[in-house]
Amino acid sequence: MYRPLVWLAVTLCLCCVGYMIIGARGPMSFVIPFRGAKIVALILVGVSISTSTVLFQTVSQNRILTPSIMGFDALYVMILTGAVFFLGGMTVAAVSAHLAFAVTACAMTLAALLLFSTLLRSAHNNLMRMILTGIVLGALFRSITDFMQRLIDPNEFAVIQAGSFARFTQIETDLLLLASVVCTIAMVLAWRMRFALDVLTLGREAAVNLGLDLQRVQMQALILTAVLVAVSTALVGPVAFLGLLVVSLARLVTPVESHGVIFISAGLISTITLIGGQTFLERVLQLSTPLSVVIDLLGGALFLILLLNGQRR
Amino acid sequence: MTRWYWVGVFALALLSLISIFVGVIDLSPRDLWRDPEALRLVGISRFPRTIAAVIAGGTLAMAGCVMQMLVRNRFVEPMTAGTGQGAALGILTVTIFAPQASIFLKMGLASGTALVASLGFLAVVRRLPPTQPLLVPLVGLVYGGIIGAGVVFAAYQVDLLQFISVWLNGEFSGVLRGRYELLWIAAAGAVLTYFVADQFAIVGMGQAVTTSLGLNYKQVVLMGLVAISLISSLTVVTVGVIPFVGLVVPNIISRLCGDNLRRTLPLVAMMGAGLTLSSDIAGRLIRFPFEIPVGTVLGVVGAVIFLWLLYRTPRYV
Repeated sequence: MYRPLVWLAVTLCLCCVGYMIIGARGPMSFVIPFRGAKIVALILVGVSISTSTVLFQTVSQNRILTPSIMGFDALYVMILTGAVFFLGGMTVAAVSAHLAFAVTACAMTLAALLLFSTLLRSAHNNLMRMILTGIVLGALFRSITDFMQRLIDPNEFAVIQAGSFARFTQIETDLLLLASVVCTIAMVLAWRMRFALDVLTLGREAAVNLGLDLQRVQMQALILTAVLVAVSTALVGPVAFLGLLVVSLARLVTPVESHGVIFISAGLISTITLIGGQTFLERVLQLSTPLSVVIDLLGGALFLILLLNGQRR
Repeated sequence: MTRWYWVGVFALALLSLISIFVGVIDLSPRDLWRDPEALRLVGISRFPRTIAAVIAGGTLAMAGCVMQMLVRNRFVEPMTAGTGQGAALGILTVTIFAPQASIFLKMGLASGTALVASLGFLAVVRRLPPTQPLLVPLVGLVYGGIIGAGVVFAAYQVDLLQFISVWLNGEFSGVLRGRYELLWIAAAGAVLTYFVADQFAIVGMGQAVTTSLGLNYKQVVLMGLVAISLISSLTVVTVGVIPFVGLVVPNIISRLCGDNLRRTLPLVAMMGAGLTLSSDIAGRLIRFPFEIPVGTVLGVVGAVIFLWLLYRTPRYV
C-alpha cells in the first residue's frame, strides 16, 4: 500500500468525524442523517471535480488546465438557464428535478463534445490561444446566463437561482441518489481507463505508436469530464479553481506518473479540502465568507504561479 | 481617413438623439418646446445618461488603446487586467474604513489602488517571454480575477456584497444630474492623453526605440498608467466596470486605419462611445420598460467580437 494514500485516508476520516461532531446540538438521530447527506454530497462533489480535472489535464496534455477554467460549468448553468428561459420555469419545475438534471447533463455533454473536441484538436498548434478561448467562452456563457436571467420572470428565477453560484452549505440533496449513481458509473469507467491514460501521458506520437486509439480515448475522457462536471455543478454550483488546486497538490503529495494513484490521491485531497475547509471556516473560524471564495483566491494565485513558472522552464 | 471621422461624428450624433428620446416616459421631439416638464426630464435624466455613456465609452476605449501600447500587446484592456478591480478594491476600502468620506477622497483612493494594481500587472508582464503574446491577456484575466475574488472576500466579511455588485457590473440607469459629473474629469484626462498620443505610439515600439528617439521611457509609461488608472477608477466610481470596450475598439480601429495614435485616437474614442451608447440603448429596449445593465450587454457582444479577433486570419498590411 502506498503510504501517503493511507495518511490522506486517515485525515479524511478525521475531517468527516470533525464535520459531524463539532458544534452539533440536538439528538444524534437528527444530526446524523442531516449532516450525513451533506457529507455524501461533498464527497461526490470532491471526487467528481478532482477526477474530471485529472481526465481533462491528461487529454489536453497540460497541467494548468481544468474543466472550469475552460468554461464547462458555466456551460451547464447556461443550458439550465436557457431551458427555463425558453420552456418556462413552471415547465422545468413541474418535471422532476431528476429529469431536468438528466436532460441538462446530456445537452451539456453534447455541447462540450462539439466545442472542446474542436478546441483540443487545435491545441497542439497554439495552446495559449486555446486557454484564452476557453476563458473568454466561460465569460461569454456567464454573460449570456446573466442576460437570460434578467429576462426571466422573478418567480421562475427561483428555479435556477440555486445553480448560479457555488455554495457548499446548502446542497441540493434531492438529487443525491441520482448523482451518486451517475458519479459511481463515471468513476468506474474512469478507473478502467487509467492505463490508457497513462499511455496518453507519454505524448500523442508515443501513444499512437503504442497502439492507442487516440480519438476514442479523448472522446471517452471528454464525455466523462462533462458528466462529472454536470454532477458537481448540479449539486453545489460552479467552482472555479478547486480542481486545479487539489490536482496540483495531489501531484506534489504523490509524485507518481500513474493515473491509478493520482485519481485516488486527488479525490482524497479534494474531499479533505471541502469537508475540512468547510468545518474549519464555518465551525472553527466562524467566517461568513463561503469556502468557494477562499478557494478561488488561493487557486487563482496558484494558477498564476504555475503559468509564470511553466514559461520560465 | 477624414471620411471615417465624418461617419463617426454622424453616427454618434444619431445615437445620442435616439438615446435622449428612448426611455420609460414617452418623449417626442415636439414635446421639447411645448412642455417644460419634458425639458426638465431631458436635463435631469436623459442628457446626463447619454453624455455619461459617451464619456465612459470614449475614454475607456482610449485607455485600452494606450494600455495596449504600453504593454505592447493587442489583447489587454484595463477593465479585465486588474485596473478596474483595483479601483473597486479602493472604493471598498474607503467604504469600510471611512464611510462618510467625500466622493473626491473615494475617487482619489480608488485611482491610487487602480494605479498600484496596474503597476503590478506591468511588473508581471515584463517577466513574460515575448515569444508568447497570448500569455499576456491570459495572465491579465487571472490577475484581475484574483483581485476581484479578494474584493468579494472582503465584501463578504463586512456584508457589502450587494453594495460592490453595483460597481462590478456597469450600468447607466442610476445616472442623473449631479451624479455623473466626475466623468468630466475623465474626459479632461482623455483630452490631455490625446496631446501626448504620439509619445505613447513611440513607446509601443519598445524601450530601445523610445530611448534612441530621445524620450524618457519610464516617465512616459508612468504617465500612461496614471491616465489609465484615473479613467478606469472614475468610470468604476460613477457607473461600474464596463468590460471589453477598451479591448475590441482599438483592435478594430487599428485594423482599419493603422496605429498613428494622433490620427486614430479620435476615431477610437468615437467608436467606443458609439458602442457603449448603442449597448445602453439596446439594454433599455430589449425588455422595455425594464433594463439590462450595459455591462451584461457588452459582456455578450464584446466576448463574441473578442473571439472573432482571436481567430480571424491575420492580415498583414
